[in-house]
Amino acid sequence: MTSFSFTVLIVLIPLFVFLFVGLLGHKMKPIVSGIIGTSGLAIAAILSYFTAYQYFFNTEKIGGAYQKILAFNTVWLQFTDKLHIDMGVLIDPISVMMLIVITTVSLMVHIYSIGYMKGEKGFARFFAFLSLFSFSMLGLVLATNIFQMYIFWELVGVSSFLLIGFYYTKPSAVSASKKAFIVTRFADLGFLIGILILSFNTGTFDFISLTNVNGAAIATGSGIAFLGLSTMTWSLILVFMGGAGKSAMFPLHIWLPDAMEGPTPVSALIHAATMVVAGVYLVARLFPVYAISAPDGLMVVAYVGSFSSLFAAVIACTQYDIKRVLAYSTMSQIGYMMVALGVSGYGGHEGLGYMASMFHLFTHAMFKALLFLGAGAIIHSVHTNLMTEMGGLRKHLPITHITFLIACLTIAGVPFLSAFFSKDEILTAAYHSNKLIFVVQLFVAGLTAFYMFRLYFRIFWNKDTHYHHTPHEAPLTMTFPLIFLAIASIFSGYIPFSEFVSSDSLPFETEIEWWPIAIPSIIVGLLGISLAYILYKKESTLPHRIASSVKFFYTSAFNKFYFDEIYMFVTKKIIFNYISRPVAWFDRHIVDGFMNSLAWITNVTSVKIKGFQSGQLQQYAFVFISGAILLGILFIYLFSI
Amino acid sequence: MDILSFLVIIPVLTVLGIIIAKDPKHTRIISAIGMGLQLILAAYLVFAYLGERNAGNIAEMLFRQDYMWYANLNIHYSVGVDGISVAMIALTAVVVFAGIFASWKVDFLPKEFFISLILLSTGVFGFFISLDLFTMFLFYEIAVIPMYLLIGIWGSGPKEYAAMKLTLMLMGGSALLLVGILGIYTNSAPDGGALTFNILEIAKVHIPIEAQRLFFPMTFIGFGILGALFPFHTWSPDGHASAPTAVSMLHAGVLMKLGGYGAFRVAIFLLPDAAQELSWIFIILTSISVVYGAFGAIVQKDLKYINAYSSVSHCGLVLFAVLMMNKTAMDGAILQMISHGLMTALFFALIGMIYGRTHTRMINEMGGLMKVMPFLGVAYVIAGLASLGLPGLSGFVAEMTIFFGAFQHTDVFHRVVTIVAVSSIVITAVYILRVVGALLFGPIKNPHFEHLEDAKWFEKLSTVTLILAIAAIGIAPLWLSNMIGTSLQPIIDKLSMIIP
Repeated sequence: MTSFSFTVLIVLIPLFVFLFVGLLGHKMKPIVSGIIGTSGLAIAAILSYFTAYQYFFNTEKIGGAYQKILAFNTVWLQFTDKLHIDMGVLIDPISVMMLIVITTVSLMVHIYSIGYMKGEKGFARFFAFLSLFSFSMLGLVLATNIFQMYIFWELVGVSSFLLIGFYYTKPSAVSASKKAFIVTRFADLGFLIGILILSFNTGTFDFISLTNVNGAAIATGSGIAFLGLSTMTWSLILVFMGGAGKSAMFPLHIWLPDAMEGPTPVSALIHAATMVVAGVYLVARLFPVYAISAPDGLMVVAYVGSFSSLFAAVIACTQYDIKRVLAYSTMSQIGYMMVALGVSGYGGHEGLGYMASMFHLFTHAMFKALLFLGAGAIIHSVHTNLMTEMGGLRKHLPITHITFLIACLTIAGVPFLSAFFSKDEILTAAYHSNKLIFVVQLFVAGLTAFYMFRLYFRIFWNKDTHYHHTPHEAPLTMTFPLIFLAIASIFSGYIPFSEFVSSDSLPFETEIEWWPIAIPSIIVGLLGISLAYILYKKESTLPHRIASSVKFFYTSAFNKFYFDEIYMFVTKKIIFNYISRPVAWFDRHIVDGFMNSLAWITNVTSVKIKGFQSGQLQQYAFVFISGAILLGILFIYLFSI
Repeated sequence: MDILSFLVIIPVLTVLGIIIAKDPKHTRIISAIGMGLQLILAAYLVFAYLGERNAGNIAEMLFRQDYMWYANLNIHYSVGVDGISVAMIALTAVVVFAGIFASWKVDFLPKEFFISLILLSTGVFGFFISLDLFTMFLFYEIAVIPMYLLIGIWGSGPKEYAAMKLTLMLMGGSALLLVGILGIYTNSAPDGGALTFNILEIAKVHIPIEAQRLFFPMTFIGFGILGALFPFHTWSPDGHASAPTAVSMLHAGVLMKLGGYGAFRVAIFLLPDAAQELSWIFIILTSISVVYGAFGAIVQKDLKYINAYSSVSHCGLVLFAVLMMNKTAMDGAILQMISHGLMTALFFALIGMIYGRTHTRMINEMGGLMKVMPFLGVAYVIAGLASLGLPGLSGFVAEMTIFFGAFQHTDVFHRVVTIVAVSSIVITAVYILRVVGALLFGPIKNPHFEHLEDAKWFEKLSTVTLILAIAAIGIAPLWLSNMIGTSLQPIIDKLSMIIP
């Protein structure tokens, strides 16, 4: 058997780069730190591709199934005899696939950033943080046990926090980073409690024992415990809460649009391609447990995913900030992946949804990273995020234009581009499991095509805006990643995914079901595109008039259905004003007041009684004699009875 | 060689050295050398201890020394350490060392300042090595009393009030404690024979349950006051706010740990039946501490108040874990003491350094400090991340051990309080990020802050020492956790013997 112990390096190299650039970055020339960061990632990427090749083509399969390989494992902390946290590397189809996704996108983002961040203050810091993020994300996907995953989960959260708040002198960036951290932290509370319950019931953190279909872990936890669901189901729903937070699923999605305050390459890497799919990966990682012991939990995943994808797509149609449109689009697409997992069964062709979810994760990473990097190139050249201030850019930015168009066509599900295949598999899985969800997802596919082409036409066609500085095409460091990702977006759909990734690790066959799935989906997609063409190809007042005719709905969607306001109310009003202030007041005035009043009583008493020790002999004599007389009377009285 | 007594002798010699020192510079250097030696000794002790254990020495306490001190009452000077005391000694040595450098620029009566500071640390070291309740109590008082002078003379704000309040409340605790200790002493030989103060001797006998019921609350509350047990924690915000930097560091970093350490070494270990019976009352109080402290911290504006409340929350978790009375949770309690000791010392050191530059501690008057003092800013962020439990730093290890330990109890009560305690991680994140955001990020609010200097060498030394310790525990916690865990075994055995 091939040894995979070298895979530890894939995780460790970015860590060393982080420490090196983080500690010494301010002493180097900026470009040097950029080159060190990029080459570190390049080595990790090469190793990842090598791992993938070795794993899929040169490793012995048992019974035709890909094996889970523990490439490295060491005990990190021992809780009880049974429960211990390990640090290790687990190699299996989905972790290898994630390695490819992360290192590819991360490498492209590194290269892109050399151009994009040129001349920025904190160039070295930026690359240090990118390496920290890559380290955490790779550690997350290679985790051998759920607690290791939680550890890296938190590290990913903090790298995201640091990168969103990269422009730390900008108040909006600071509050966005804070919001992202706290919302995901709240979700992680659910994750942690879920792990507590899950590990207590099954007696293990280890993924291999947890997901062993014939193992003890899956067999435990049946039986109703609370509100009609088993303990196992509850723990898995809580774990999913963590995943929903990280993956910006409704109602924990509010941090993602604000996270766009970060530099655009960060949005591409963290908030589009890799970190936000961690929630999907988490469910996929525990998939056998969900599918076999907690089907109700899986149902929650499906409905949350479906609603989120619809909700986000509607909002995306109304936004003007191009990065926010893309953010909502990300949320919507992750909803698709969740749906796919939610409707999937376990084993063989039943597990089509599982495969489709991973497939879509893969293709989405490519085209969404491309969209964000393209958006970055646009913002870089016109210095604004608002599509209302753009138009006619196709003449100025030819490469960005073409690559952006490819990405838009891909996400719209135009046949024979990558997302056509992956989205088609998701729709097929949904169709065979839940018709309602299928219809919703089909409708969302149309909305997706519409809002993406609304974006595309507003930016590249529409009115010929006059710019202060004529926009210039980005440098090669920025266009190269665009071209690379565009190629990936076109062709990654031809990877025979079901050969590699499946719910039970056994390869299976899939084919496109033209009717009733692929053809309707193509039609809806084309409808969306045409509508956007009519409304936005040329400058017109039609969109405005349509918006005013459904004013209430439009304003609600434009204001993101007021979710920020609701959260604001809960945090500012309830937590700050109605809990914390009273607690602080109570502490000062009641608890401390009690202590102070004790002191005050002691003081007053001593002031009152200190008069007794006046030092005046006559007074002492008087008290002494009166006391003696009183005692005398008392004794006489007592003895005379 | 009597290695443990050196832990007391070195500080005493340092104090003598300071007395004969001529000028402030010498004072500082002597203090630094003395405490540097102490740090080396503590590190040596860790290795010596681990070496003995690896060599197969399974005695409960190592490096024991015993001298009769007052024969009529059978009081001994009796010292010895297990993994827990070794860890606490190492913590103390690190914090004191960092504290000396954090107070490098004390210019008002420096000699007297350093004398009191080192005297205080003598008490702490003595406390951790004592095996005799009476000697332990004596060292405890040695640690508490210099505090009054340190706050009253070198403090700021309403310092006399704060010093008085702190000392009186802690003295109230001491009074309870003294009664509790005497109660244990008088019951230490229920089958006849000589009464003893020696912890190991007492642990072998079974103190009558009636006596336990009476003295457990006394000792637990007595130590609990020092460990900021709700509702006896109010000395902490005022005391910390007025105390000078190094004193806050030592006080929150080390002195509050005497409470947690005593609570389990004396109250739980010696009075286990009553502890088992009455633990629910204190579990409720401590879980209130955990959440209440965190909520209290959200609205504070003074950096030191924020940290004081945060300490209430974190130290509440220590007592909470101690009361869970199983190996994992208690292991977590000790880890939490060490972790909190290090990070709160770091916080107070940084607050002192920032205050020394900006002359304010109000977060609404500050902003954008990251830009002018990146070193202090980054250190503050690290301290904050440690406090909110980021993996890779010590707080995470401690908190998780506590939560998973507490969750081993299968009854609803323990589960619910555990989940209450777990929820504090979110509230902690809220107040930490609020402070970090207001203090370091955003535009610079006050134009006077534009030209502030970043950390000096001695400040960097102090900060880096603490950060390294925090990261070391956070990255490789296994050896520490095992060292503590092995030493917990006698306590666990005693508990399991008694619990039906």
